[in-house]
Amino acid sequence: MDYVLIWAGLMAFAVFAYVVLDGFDLGIALLFPFIEDQQDKANAMNSIAPFWDGNETWLVLGGGGLYATFPLAFAIIMPALYVPLVIMLLALIFRGVAFEFRWRTQSERGRKRWDLGFTLGSLLAALAQGIALGALVQGIEVADRAYAGGWWDWLTPFSLTTGIAVVIGYALLGACWLIYKTEHRLQRLCRQAAFQLTLALGFMIAVVSVWMLFKQDPYMRRWFDYPNYLYLSPVPVITVVLGIYLLKAIKSGRELAPFLTTIALFALSYFGLCISFYPQIVPPSISIWQAASPESSLKFLLVGSAILIPTILVYTGYSYWVFRGKVNSEDQYH
Amino acid sequence: MFELFDAVLAARLQFAFAIAFHIIFPALSIGLAWYLMVLQGLWLKTGRDIYRRVWRYWIKIFAIIFGMGVVSGIVMSYQIGTNWSVFSDKTGPILGPLMGYEVLTAFFLEAGFLGVMLFGSNRVGRKLHFFATIMVAMGTMISGFWILAVNSWMQTPAGFAVNEAGQFIATDWWQVVFNPSFPYRFVHMMLAAFLTTAFLVAGVSAWHVLRDRSNSAAKLMFSMSMWMALLVAPLQVLAGDFHGLNTLKHQPMKIAAMEGHFESKDGAPLILFGWPDMEQKKVHAEVAIPKLGSLILTHELDGHIQGLDAFPEEDWPNVPLVFWSFRIMVAIGFAMVLVGLWSAWARFRGRLYEAVWLQRLAVLMAPSGTLAILAGWITTEVGRQPYTVYGLLRTADAVSPLDAPAVNASLLAFVVVYFMVFGAGIYYLFQLFKHKPSMNEQDIQRGQARRAAGITPIQGLQKDSTAEGH
Ligand code: HDD
Ligand code: HEM
Ligand code: HEM
Repeated sequence: MDYVLIWAGLMAFAVFAYVVLDGFDLGIALLFPFIEDQQDKANAMNSIAPFWDGNETWLVLGGGGLYATFPLAFAIIMPALYVPLVIMLLALIFRGVAFEFRWRTQSERGRKRWDLGFTLGSLLAALAQGIALGALVQGIEVADRAYAGGWWDWLTPFSLTTGIAVVIGYALLGACWLIYKTEHRLQRLCRQAAFQLTLALGFMIAVVSVWMLFKQDPYMRRWFDYPNYLYLSPVPVITVVLGIYLLKAIKSGRELAPFLTTIALFALSYFGLCISFYPQIVPPSISIWQAASPESSLKFLLVGSAILIPTILVYTGYSYWVFRGKVNSEDQYH
Repeated sequence: MFELFDAVLAARLQFAFAIAFHIIFPALSIGLAWYLMVLQGLWLKTGRDIYRRVWRYWIKIFAIIFGMGVVSGIVMSYQIGTNWSVFSDKTGPILGPLMGYEVLTAFFLEAGFLGVMLFGSNRVGRKLHFFATIMVAMGTMISGFWILAVNSWMQTPAGFAVNEAGQFIATDWWQVVFNPSFPYRFVHMMLAAFLTTAFLVAGVSAWHVLRDRSNSAAKLMFSMSMWMALLVAPLQVLAGDFHGLNTLKHQPMKIAAMEGHFESKDGAPLILFGWPDMEQKKVHAEVAIPKLGSLILTHELDGHIQGLDAFPEEDWPNVPLVFWSFRIMVAIGFAMVLVGLWSAWARFRGRLYEAVWLQRLAVLMAPSGTLAILAGWITTEVGRQPYTVYGLLRTADAVSPLDAPAVNASLLAFVVVYFMVFGAGIYYLFQLFKHKPSMNEQDIQRGQARRAAGITPIQGLQKDSTAEGH
């Protein structure tokens, strides 16, 4: 059995789970300034309050898992992306505490301040994650098992573009989640937002996909060498079809379909990314086999994960089920 | 302007700063989660309203502390990679899986059930709600288990080999996890978490009892916390003693620094106070008890004690820091024992709630556990220097290849953000502490009226707290 491949798959899954789950949390905060009514604001926040911690735990699994299973990649990527990662961590602090602090301040001014922290924290975190993604895609300089570039290498027009793309994507996820969880005025607002965000995201996906091909030779070859393009040509086609379906679902008053379709759209883009990457983990020079932990470590962690990950999915699912249906203002302890 | 510290020192300061903030919150989360679990259990068993009152008082505090613990913890897990990349590359194969297990067995458990614990009482039955609390409490302790295994391995590495790439790889996972210092450190830290919480509860409740001796909720909290002080503080002293003996076996240089012994000696004294001077290699103004040092560490009056002179000077940790932080911790430990004994005496005379001076002392000692924890960790971690993995990987070799300005700038950002955000959090906590735990006739009737109306008490709790909160 190839433990390295299994772990590469599991790590890819963890990162994707994070992107989707925390994506809609962060996305709601991005919409927050556009929600005017106080009760609507409270509902938007309460729709994620029981979940955000669990969602963010996937980020910890992403980091901790990479440290365990691909330590060399962890040791190269983290310092290479130092600035965006530090910004992300500090930004996540603001958004995390806002869930509690918002209800604790006595004054209107205080509440506004934490609401702003909630939005700006989420915006910076989303932007930093997108920039980090772009910086990884464009390639990282490595020498002698260590990062060999400077501390501003990550900043390029390409990485800024992926940053903006991720912000738009998260906002769309957030809007679709609120379509599902809320009613009336707030839901209508989110439908409008979701429609425009879908158009914007479609544009960004197209730009990034094409631009990316020119970033590294292997990406271009992966997609355009014979016979690859025969197998892979459905990917962009399905993406376009899904995008059109999403616009329809938003317009036609469906409640859950937009959220699920957006996830599918994310999955497809993510799949495209993984295809381009494989088998590298730190493009252009480090492959998953070079970066992997020795088999004893991979096996040791896999034994437990085989039981624990399904268990986690079950009780996480249970917790979502407990809070099913539209948000209501009763579910508070404040 | 961003070259204040060299890259290694800036990284060390940043790590120390971030983890010192972090540990304050988990220690209280562990203790409070268990306290809440006990309260909820008592309430389910006896049906007495007072337990849910007290539960409700602390759940809000717990939520804030837990939130700050989570966000500061996420920083920690990434900081290992951003600032200690060589360390990550080398230790990943051994420590990574332990942290992986921490995420899978503890963090997900806590996070998955936290939502139900905080928000779910309208939606699930009482038993399930209690179950969620139990899972959160278990999660906090399991988290401590794994992270302390990691830290202990860095202190006393075992069960490993080194591969061609220079990475540590496991030869025996059992020995990796249950490395020589782990059992001691785990017990000591869990007791520390419970004591820290007990003294926080004691301080807050004593303050309310001092202001209103008829407040039965405050009295209950005070009484419970005094039981903890009486029973757990002596255990902690005992655990600390065992811990020290174990350290003597595996890290004798650290003990020499803690004790301020520069010279190896038979029949070494116990130095109570003084100022260790690393240049002149002696302790100035020392106050010492002859032979007691040997007696404590070797259980013989003339036992031989290795001093710092037995080790190369470039391997010495910062002696004054280790020496003093250790003394602060131990002094607090004995003060806690004292409070426990005093409370037993007052209780025995039936005057626990009238013991004004005991209560004043308890208010004063509300932050004592936190201070002891910080002092203890400083002893442990500074005493391990200049190594990151004791004896095997030097701190200066473990650091990321980052330019000094990058790390100085991030250090500054961390300091500013932490003081701002966690400062605000601590301010909100104080506001909640100031809030009087309500337990008067009217409240009880309100609670009962709800029950009569066919809503479970916990639901009543939710609604009251909405009315009362903010
Ligand atoms: C992952 C394991 C781990 C754990 C659980 C801890 N530490 Fe640690 N600590 C490190 C891993 C580490 C480290 C990465 O290995 C550092 C950075 C530089 C070094 O040598 O060790 C370190 C350094 C370090 C320093 C600086 C020492 C010096 O440079 O002189 C302090 C003061 C602390 N830590 C404090 C703590 C506290 C308060 C902890 C309580 C939670 C703690 N550490 C747990
Ligand atoms: C380098 C050291 C450490 C790292 C990397 C670390 C990492 C983390 C992370 C990532 C979280 C957030 C988990 C979530 O998303 O829910 C967290 C929370 C927590 N940590 Fe730490 N931690 C460290 C030290 C410690 C120590 C020494 C203890 C206690 C003995 C501890 C106990 C906890 C607990 C109980 C939580 C749960 C949240 C809370 O109680 O506030 N951690 N830690
Ligand atoms: C007389 C009482 C005490 C003694 C003799 C004692 C002894 C020790 C020793 C020897 C260490 C260092 C172990 C090493 O580095 O290898 C230590 C560490 C520590 N102590 Fe204490 N201690 C006492 C009281 C306390 C109290 C009251 C608290 C907190 C409430 C506390 C919290 C800690 C912590 C958090 C650490 C660092 C983690 C660890 O290494 O376990 N200690 N203690």
